Amino acid sequence: MNKLEARNVNVFYGPNQVIKDVSISIKKNTVTAFIGPSGCGKSTFLRLFNRMNDYIDIFKMEGRIEIDGSDIYDKQIRVEELRKQIGMVFQKPNPFPKTIYENVIYGLRIQGIKDKKILDEVVEKSLKQAALWEEVKDKLKNSALALSGGQQQRLCIARTLAVAPTVILMDEPASALDPISSAKVEELIYELKSQYTIVIVTHNMQQAGRVSDTTAFFYMGELVEHDSTKMIFTNPKNERTQNYITGRFG
Amino acid sequence: MPRIKEKIIETGLALAAVVTVLTTIGIIWVLFSQTIDFFSEVSIVDFLTDTQWTPLFADKHFGILPLVAGTFLTTTIAIIVALPIGLTIAVYLNEYAPKSFRKIVKPLLEILAAVPTVVYGFFALSVVTPFLQNIIPGMAGFNALSAGIVMGIMIIPLITSLSEDALFAVPKSLREASYGMGSTRLQTAFKVMVPAASSGIIVSVILGISRAVGETMIVAIAAGQQPRLTLNPLVPIETITTYIVQVSTGDVAHGSLEYRTIFAAGMALFVFTFILNNISYWVKKKFQEKYE
Ligand SMILES: Nc1ncnc2c1ncn2[C@@H]1O[C@H](COP(=O)(O)OP(=O)(O)O)[C@@H](O)[C@H]1O
Ligand SMILES: [Mg+2]
Repeated sequence: MNKLEARNVNVFYGPNQVIKDVSISIKKNTVTAFIGPSGCGKSTFLRLFNRMNDYIDIFKMEGRIEIDGSDIYDKQIRVEELRKQIGMVFQKPNPFPKTIYENVIYGLRIQGIKDKKILDEVVEKSLKQAALWEEVKDKLKNSALALSGGQQQRLCIARTLAVAPTVILMDEPASALDPISSAKVEELIYELKSQYTIVIVTHNMQQAGRVSDTTAFFYMGELVEHDSTKMIFTNPKNERTQNYITGRFG
Repeated sequence: MPRIKEKIIETGLALAAVVTVLTTIGIIWVLFSQTIDFFSEVSIVDFLTDTQWTPLFADKHFGILPLVAGTFLTTTIAIIVALPIGLTIAVYLNEYAPKSFRKIVKPLLEILAAVPTVVYGFFALSVVTPFLQNIIPGMAGFNALSAGIVMGIMIIPLITSLSEDALFAVPKSLREASYGMGSTRLQTAFKVMVPAASSGIIVSVILGISRAVGETMIVAIAAGQQPRLTLNPLVPIETITTYIVQVSTGDVAHGSLEYRTIFAAGMALFVFTFILNNISYWVKKKFQEKYE
């Protein structure tokens, strides 16, 4: 069974249709890259999987989206539970104005977990997973806002991992970072793959090529092509994909 | 011709500025000199420690404590009323209400803030007190509780408006981060948004306190004008401001010691609001350094 599955999905913002009959299957513990020109609907589509578009008044969706075979837009589903399973990392690092420690355990705090031993363990484990532990282990009580942009983004990843999701959605997670921080985040994504299903939106072709197993090319709300990253980059079936990856538009 | 006109306007503006500055200096000078005169006759230790304030009686005592207690009592009650309600409304407007609703409610709240305080005072005396007397038998007709509650109602718009601005200024990305981790709206509001806006909320409370400390009309009408060193909200009390009004409107001879008591009381008030303003300035500055 596929980890994530979208079937014939249409999305409208008011009268504008921004996702047009998209179906896609995403396998467990793989990295899938969404690429395509700006405004083609990558973020909108990504945010369908954790229902983050629900807060937009004019948003409307048709079709079906499943995680592990169950419909995530079902009325029975509690959005809060869904989001514990499907974590998200945003384009701009957005740590809370709290300490590093409090940032990591935020997700556990809201679940009512108070046991200091568990919290300490989760903090260490998550920060190690996010390759940030060595840099911050002596200043866990310092404000997260004092960290550099790249460190903040890895903290946001640690914060997401602390909730123990099975899927992580990332919307251009490295685009606001300098090349070195960006490389660190990429490396991290590569390592997380063994335990998580990752979907990443990226503008950066090289990045998509390096980190992902499969790549989906979106164009004006349509899913043009979804295939192994190798195929997309070396032998795309569709001409529009070819033009995009060779940099002829976008 | 236009040159002359310009000169006249310029001079006029400069004069206006000078008048403002001179007035301020004048006020402070009068306040200080009268206070110094007052303390040449009354010891500062008595002023700060005596438990009675009876400058207008034959047996004179000049202890400011009863007036401070009255001010403290009404102000505390006001904030206990205004902070939870004001903050709840602010959170509701910012986190739950549709944008259109927010656009209607904010101006309405500002109208509430424009109601003259005399009206609030009579509301306290003729509506709130009789109502409370039904619930709390033995409550005096003039008391700190009604005045404090109504003062709290008066301050709600101030706290709501400033807190709402502070919440609105919190980056939307924090709310998304919180939702993205599985928080409910309520958790997002109180665990992320309110803490992130805390400096602005604290400032709103301090300004609310300043407003309550300086409020005169409501207390003058509803709280009884009887200086009493107590924290019992059910009996008549007097605050610093109401004492000043009481004496200024009475027939106390200019230049007498009784007359100078209002300047000593005014000085106490000045010190309080001065401290409060400085705290709010300090909070603003400190948190800005931290979060920007
Ligand atoms: N909240 C919104 N309300 C209305 N239209 C939106 C909203 N968010 C995005 N759109 C529109 O939807 C389309 C897809 O946007 P988006 O998913 O952000 O694209 P991408 O991430 O590929 O750049 C764009 O045309 C954009 O203008
Ligand atoms: Mg986008």
